Amino acid sequence: MAHRLVLVLAALFATATGNLPNPAAAAASGWPMEAMEPDLRDLPSLQRGLRLYTNYCLGCHSLRFQRYERTADDLGIPHDVALETVIFTGQKIGEPMTTSMDTDQARDWFGGPAPDLTMVTRVRSPEWLYNYLKAFYVDESRPFGVNNKVFENVGMPHVMLDLQGVQRDMCAPEAEDCFELAVDAGTGLYSSGEYDRAVFDLVNFLHYVGEPMRLERQRLGVYVLLFLAFLGVFTWLLNREFWKDVH
Amino acid sequence: MQQSQGRFATNLRSFVGWLDDRFPATETWEYHLSKYYAPRNHNFWYLMGWLATFILVLQLVTGIWLTMSYVPSGEGAFASVEYIMRDVEFGWLLRYLHSTGASAFFVIVYLHMFRGLMYGSYRKPRELLWLIGMAIYLALMAEGFFGYLLPWGNMSYWGAQVIVSLVGAIPFVGPDLMEWLRGDYLMSDITLNRFFALHVVALPLILVGLVFVHFIALHHVGSTAPDGVDIKKFKDAAGKPLDGVPFWPYTVTHDVHATVVFLFLFCAVVFFAPEMGGYFLEKPNFEMADPLKTPEHIAPVWYYTPFYAMLRAATFPLFGVPAKFWGLVVMVGAIVIPAFLPWLDKSPVAPMRFKGAISKAMLAIFVVSFFILGYLGMVPPSPLATVLAQICTVLYFAYFVLMPWYTRAEKTRPVPERVA
Repeated sequence: MAHRLVLVLAALFATATGNLPNPAAAAASGWPMEAMEPDLRDLPSLQRGLRLYTNYCLGCHSLRFQRYERTADDLGIPHDVALETVIFTGQKIGEPMTTSMDTDQARDWFGGPAPDLTMVTRVRSPEWLYNYLKAFYVDESRPFGVNNKVFENVGMPHVMLDLQGVQRDMCAPEAEDCFELAVDAGTGLYSSGEYDRAVFDLVNFLHYVGEPMRLERQRLGVYVLLFLAFLGVFTWLLNREFWKDVH
Repeated sequence: MQQSQGRFATNLRSFVGWLDDRFPATETWEYHLSKYYAPRNHNFWYLMGWLATFILVLQLVTGIWLTMSYVPSGEGAFASVEYIMRDVEFGWLLRYLHSTGASAFFVIVYLHMFRGLMYGSYRKPRELLWLIGMAIYLALMAEGFFGYLLPWGNMSYWGAQVIVSLVGAIPFVGPDLMEWLRGDYLMSDITLNRFFALHVVALPLILVGLVFVHFIALHHVGSTAPDGVDIKKFKDAAGKPLDGVPFWPYTVTHDVHATVVFLFLFCAVVFFAPEMGGYFLEKPNFEMADPLKTPEHIAPVWYYTPFYAMLRAATFPLFGVPAKFWGLVVMVGAIVIPAFLPWLDKSPVAPMRFKGAISKAMLAIFVVSFFILGYLGMVPPSPLATVLAQICTVLYFAYFVLMPWYTRAEKTRPVPERVA
């Protein structure tokens, strides 16, 4: 009886969660999202992501809850190398990765300070960010000359334009169900595949920053569950032993 | 060897004797554990009470440690949570245990309450036990609500804002009352600090006190049995219930094993899915509270959504009072109405299995509408969702309001005298 009920409940729960509204909903704009599965075990990818972040993003966007030291340690970068190649602000290794951009100036330039990105992949999702960074296109009506398909009218310039090149919307203005962007040949430093890889690395890095203990949590979790499963055998035997008197 | 064991036993006996002269140690142990009898056919549903107690302790312990590093201020709260997550040793574990514990608490308490509905645990002589339980449920809802603001994420902020603003719908005194609750003209540092005080001091005290009297009341009247047998009726020559087993060690061995199974499931969430896809930790809450930036869609945490759906189901003004106020009335009514169950159930039998088809159908409809309401409370409002929520709200209340009639009208089967 009890076991059947547990099974029914588990089935109910599984069906329920399968059909529930997904809080990590896709882009509101209806842009078809490409899948992106981060890989936190790929240290070279994370290191390249860190390099991209410090070169292209940190000028405006802080990671104010993430320290340089932790990043270096987790990504296998010696402290002296990190001090030389990652920290351009003269900060100490134990300090958080904050931008040196002035808040008032940011307000003048962009209408507001650039948001902190420590947990951007937890607020949005790695997939959202990956697609967002690939969806800038030329739009002369916007202040920075670009718009974005995933985040319409975003107040951010296409910072990695030199890498990707000039990307244009290939659809007619009123066309429905048309989702095509194309880069002008020869305008970017990277090929399309290289740019995708770079965006992957960057998003992978930010996914790490969002929850730096994620791998440790999962590693520890395996041992905790194994221990509980082992303990469960003994508590079951204990229970059976005592209840022999009753049945 | 044998001699030293003998000496140990003598010493222990004399210590217990010393203790018993000054404190009812043996008496308490016997009354509540070794001579407290529970029906020997207790099943899965009877594990929930213990599991809820276990989670209460877990929440208290992790809460104490979180408080050591948490900063209750608008400026510092959000950053201090991330400090706990990143810089405090095992801080992430404490935080995830606490946040997952909150959801687990409600899962277990809802199952515990459902057990009550299924086996008629609220009926005479357990009316007071049920009422104390309802008070615990109310205190738990308040505890969850106050705690939810503390991370000072954007959903915390706006969720609390929506709920507090409900009070504003009360005619005449509403707006003043709202300001008094917040202590400010908007949700602010002052609100956060008073919610913190209530979450870490006032409500835990109330909860622990209520749980204590819940136990005292339970041990005075005894547990129900799944088949409605009263184990106190048939006793052996020594006065021991024939269909009962002493709590120590029989119920305890059940509970210990159940705790390990529960912990396995619980830890699977804590270590592998602490956000639970955005249901236990909501995405907008990874962004700091921003009074100028409303999240796209504000919804409470899953355990409040059935009531939130009922709140939104009231869409028309009545007697010149706006719909929002009636929504509040419906919501409070829905939360409080189970307290009247002891006097609504007129059936000659307690357990659902011996009641008639109408009772069973009503309970099934009640559970289904509660789930549908829970779902509707999560999704953005739409005309269809509102109509569905209104239907389910009526069905939810029908279970209670019509109970005096349908429990009397139907044919029941007799409750056995002894456990089979």
